[in-house]
Amino acid sequence: MSEEQKLIYLDNAATTKTYPEVVEAMLPYFSEYYGNPSSVYEFSGISKKAVAQARETIASSIGAKPQEIYFTAGGSEADNWALKATAEALKEKGCHIITSKIEHHAILHTCEYLEKQGFEVTYLNVDENGMVKLEELKQAIRPDTILISIMFANNEIGTIEPIKEIGQIAREHGILFHTDAVQAYGHVPIQVDEYQIDMMSASGHKINGPKGIGFLYIRTGVKIRSFVHGGAQERKRRAGTENVPGIVGFGKAAQLAMENMEERSQKEQTLRDYLMEKVLAAVPYTRVNGHRTSRLPNNCNFAFQFIEGESLLIMLDMAKICASSGSACTSGSLDPSHVLLAIGLPHEIAHGSLRITLSQENTKEEMDYVAGEIKRIVERLRSMSPLYEDFMKNSQEKN
Amino acid sequence: MYSEKVMDHFQNPRNVGEIENASGTGTVGNAKCGDIMRIYLDIDENQIIQDVKFKTFGCGAAVATSSMATELVKGKSIQEAMKITNKAVMEALDGLPPVKVHCSLLAEEAIHAALWDYAQKNQIEIAGLEKPKSDISEEEEEEEY
Repeated sequence: MSEEQKLIYLDNAATTKTYPEVVEAMLPYFSEYYGNPSSVYEFSGISKKAVAQARETIASSIGAKPQEIYFTAGGSEADNWALKATAEALKEKGCHIITSKIEHHAILHTCEYLEKQGFEVTYLNVDENGMVKLEELKQAIRPDTILISIMFANNEIGTIEPIKEIGQIAREHGILFHTDAVQAYGHVPIQVDEYQIDMMSASGHKINGPKGIGFLYIRTGVKIRSFVHGGAQERKRRAGTENVPGIVGFGKAAQLAMENMEERSQKEQTLRDYLMEKVLAAVPYTRVNGHRTSRLPNNCNFAFQFIEGESLLIMLDMAKICASSGSACTSGSLDPSHVLLAIGLPHEIAHGSLRITLSQENTKEEMDYVAGEIKRIVERLRSMSPLYEDFMKNSQEKN
Repeated sequence: MYSEKVMDHFQNPRNVGEIENASGTGTVGNAKCGDIMRIYLDIDENQIIQDVKFKTFGCGAAVATSSMATELVKGKSIQEAMKITNKAVMEALDGLPPVKVHCSLLAEEAIHAALWDYAQKNQIEIAGLEKPKSDISEEEEEEEY
């Protein structure tokens, strides 16, 4: 690696660069227009107007009404709110919730919390591509089912779930439908009416907006309670002085994301496919995880046999490449990613996974360099791997 | 997250490889948990470890602890090698993050497993050496950290 090697950021599912245009839009709302939107004087009216504008931009991006958008401190808060408040509001009606095995921990750990509170949760299986099985969903529905929460797109393997069909099934059964769209919002088109979504979580920093801001869409008529009690902000449903710069930045990021979604997706997908083919051709004993077509345009997830993901990440880091893995060592436990296990990967293969998530700023030259580095590093780690040694000896014996 | 020494041993691992017809070989850990270490020992007639090689499937700490463990036992007698604990390996690496302590335990076990194999082959007993607990073929109970 040359000294001048520039950083190659390929972890856009973790977070994205805050675009300079977004920062520029936010800046006046720190030291210039710092008024509290709830105050009566004209000065704070500027902040109030900016918040309203962002709300309108975001609402129209998903075909919702502005009053159906509730700003939160991020995606995790929105997920917590949707699940806990629905459970609380509807506990007289029933205590059963349906979700999937591949949800983000903001959903899964909230469900586990609700189970401790006496709710019952069905965790749906997914197929080998990470798709929720609709038949299994229909069979899981009970008279006391109060909520179905299925993610729009998976954060690790990029699989886009059959949201329209799930929305249809939920509506037919009169069950509320929430979707965690943190990875999908701003990347693929979402229309809440067309998809029959009742609640939806999204986050600013996944679409080149600032961190610490998200929203929960709540369809008019869905009666769930406040999550944060206090002042009358967010139609009395989420108290706390508005994060005005964050909201303005989120609004700007949403506007930018919607303006070039098609072109950007096309570019990312072309680059992604280029990298995928290059790596598959160069590195034997490699598989691609996730659905081949129903997939986020910028996501690519490999499993390299006989090696472990953290070693791979450290070596990529030394080559100035930022990526992520579903290995146990990166999750802080001994188990590899629950998503990779749910799609049926054996533990030892799941440990060797690599997630690469592109942005529109990546280039073909970068992909060439990355594919070359992946090949070099995987070969190096395999040369040190007892699993590879055994595999090679066994295959020699067979021949 | 890792000390400079750990990074050095991860980037430039010492004694990677295999020894043909090794005096003793030990493999510990399992693929399910994401760590497997294999140690090869070449032990002469005076019970001195003349050469040692390793292969490891695992994280940065697993590679570094294997590498350091091989450095620590090379040239030592088997009695001296028995005294090398996971703590000694960790200290020599300037410490490990708490979640990675099990890697150093695995390195100690791998050395012991290779010594056990040597003892079995030569029908001798090594003071303080017990049959290795974990083996690649055995399912290990997962530990909570």
